[in-house]
Amino acid sequence: MKRFLGFVVKEFYHIFRDYRTLLILFGLPAIQLLLFGFVITNEIKDARIAIFDQSKDEVTRRISEKVLSSGYFILDKNLSSYKEIEQVFRQGNVKLVLIFGADFSKKLDKTGNARVQIIGDASDPNTANILVNYLQGILSNYLISLNARKIPMQIIPEVRMMYNSQMKGVYMFVPGLMAMLLMLISALMTSLSITKEKELGTMELLLVSPLKPIQIILGKVFPYVFLAFIDACIIIILGNTVFGVPVVGSVALLLFESLLFICMALSLGILISTITNSQQIAMMISLVALMLPTILLSGFIFPVENMPLVLQWFCHIMPPKYFITIIKSIMLQGNGFRYIAFETGILAGFTLLFIFLSVRKFKIRLA
Amino acid sequence: MPAIIVEHIAKHFARVKALNDISFSVEKGELFGFIGPDGAGKTTLFRILTTLLIPDEGKALVNGLDVVKDFRKIRQDIGYMPGRFSLYTDLSVEENLNFYATVFGTTVAENYELIRDIYIQIEPFKKRKAGKLSGGMKQKLALSCALIHKPSVLILDEPTTGVDAVSRLEFWEMLKRLQKSGITIVVATPYMDEASLCDRVALIQAGKLMTISTPSEVIKTYPWKLFSIKSDDIFSLLNDLRAYPGMHTVFAFGQAAHVSFKEGLGDEESMKKYLQGKGHSGITISPAVANIEDCFMELMI
Repeated sequence: MKRFLGFVVKEFYHIFRDYRTLLILFGLPAIQLLLFGFVITNEIKDARIAIFDQSKDEVTRRISEKVLSSGYFILDKNLSSYKEIEQVFRQGNVKLVLIFGADFSKKLDKTGNARVQIIGDASDPNTANILVNYLQGILSNYLISLNARKIPMQIIPEVRMMYNSQMKGVYMFVPGLMAMLLMLISALMTSLSITKEKELGTMELLLVSPLKPIQIILGKVFPYVFLAFIDACIIIILGNTVFGVPVVGSVALLLFESLLFICMALSLGILISTITNSQQIAMMISLVALMLPTILLSGFIFPVENMPLVLQWFCHIMPPKYFITIIKSIMLQGNGFRYIAFETGILAGFTLLFIFLSVRKFKIRLA
Repeated sequence: MPAIIVEHIAKHFARVKALNDISFSVEKGELFGFIGPDGAGKTTLFRILTTLLIPDEGKALVNGLDVVKDFRKIRQDIGYMPGRFSLYTDLSVEENLNFYATVFGTTVAENYELIRDIYIQIEPFKKRKAGKLSGGMKQKLALSCALIHKPSVLILDEPTTGVDAVSRLEFWEMLKRLQKSGITIVVATPYMDEASLCDRVALIQAGKLMTISTPSEVIKTYPWKLFSIKSDDIFSLLNDLRAYPGMHTVFAFGQAAHVSFKEGLGDEESMKKYLQGKGHSGITISPAVANIEDCFMELMI
């Protein structure tokens, strides 16, 4: 036990004396969270649009007013010819152009059929899509209000978005980021710290010492469990105070699950370090083989259900996917342990598997 | 019983034969040296003795314990100093020493007597990071760390490589003192002059043991008549000597050339004439006593 503690103390010296490690450990989570939260967001606010109104009657004016007062759009320019459309797109400020045909209200009254054209800037397809949808929504709302006076038959859906009623993107990003950052810090840092000993030759001396493999491994991991746990707390607190992401369920349960996920990621890091001797390869594996799947295949950004079947299978062997499900369940839905027992079991299983493999693969000799 | 027994050890790496049928034994309390050029197999042999590698053939015993089966017990018994500086450069001198003491389940205070002579020289710098020490001080720290758990066998892989001449001498004096306290020491070095400081030396080349004996016996076996030749231009002197018919060996030795002739082919007079004919001035030729380097060079060609 004394040997083990001595080893842990040594690890803490390494970490606290390397300001780059510290920066990654504590700077990265905060910066990433703020970046994702503020910058990468698929909510649309104040998109600039141009309106080319060829009829300028009461109806088109009322529609324009509705569009501009919705909060999603700001009028950049009123256009007076088709030529200007290309021009405003090229200037790059305008994302959308709304065009009313001539004699709009007359046609609407007479034939019940008036033309509106929406032209979107699809160089950013996601944004264009969302904007067009918003605009169509506003138009159809207006149509319903017109019809209300004429035809009594109508279907009005009343939509309520549960657990995230304002459809905030941050609710998605905080759980995803937590999975990503804990994975990065835990797996990358441990795999680096073990391969570093191999590169520097200090592993040679550790091997010649009476330390057992499990003591070396646990000694390496222990400090990072502690530090990654602090990171998890930082993310939860920042998410709550800066972005207002609630923790509806039990905080203790959330922390427990985070701890489990950290252990899983750490044991994965150890496993990586047992199959390579160089820090560079360990870093490549951690970044490419762990980070990308964590971001792409965990349901963090892209919904798993929409992927091709083969990729979906891959998603099911990605531990972060289960962790994200767990955090969302606790943070947003306020579920208790009963609802996430399955996912917890899977994470625990992964952890045991990785530890088992690491201890077996850990070389007690040089070759 | 000898401290180390090695019987017919062989080790391959891919197609390279690193060690080939090596056998020797080291007595308790002996200072045993391995001399050989880079790549001779010294490090591989030492890694087998320290249980870090498994031999392909043969067996090795340290304190009567098998290096493959009883590796855990051996690891508690030996002190090892790898060829490369392998301490934590971001930890201070003191922290490194404390760490290794803890890992071996002891404390610095408990075995301070053993390392005092060595550690006292670096103690003024105990707060300094190990990475910022000079080469000689690094070696002293590494030796202190290897000794801190009071090993009965000390295995040192090229401890003096890259260390200045004065520190090298100091280091060997430390080894002699450690030997007096009863520790068996096995040391590898590429410097032939260090061989004469060992009780016995083994010459190793290309994975084979060429000879094992005491330094004085090694010198006795030198078969040729040896001359030391000097002139004002040592560089062309070496070239001219090598071109001389009947020449056996020519080695530069400080400012002189050590020269041996094939049986009965050379004498001082004809040599002097030959060199004068080549335009050399300040020629001195004197008989020389072979030292250990001459003997090893002889064995290695």
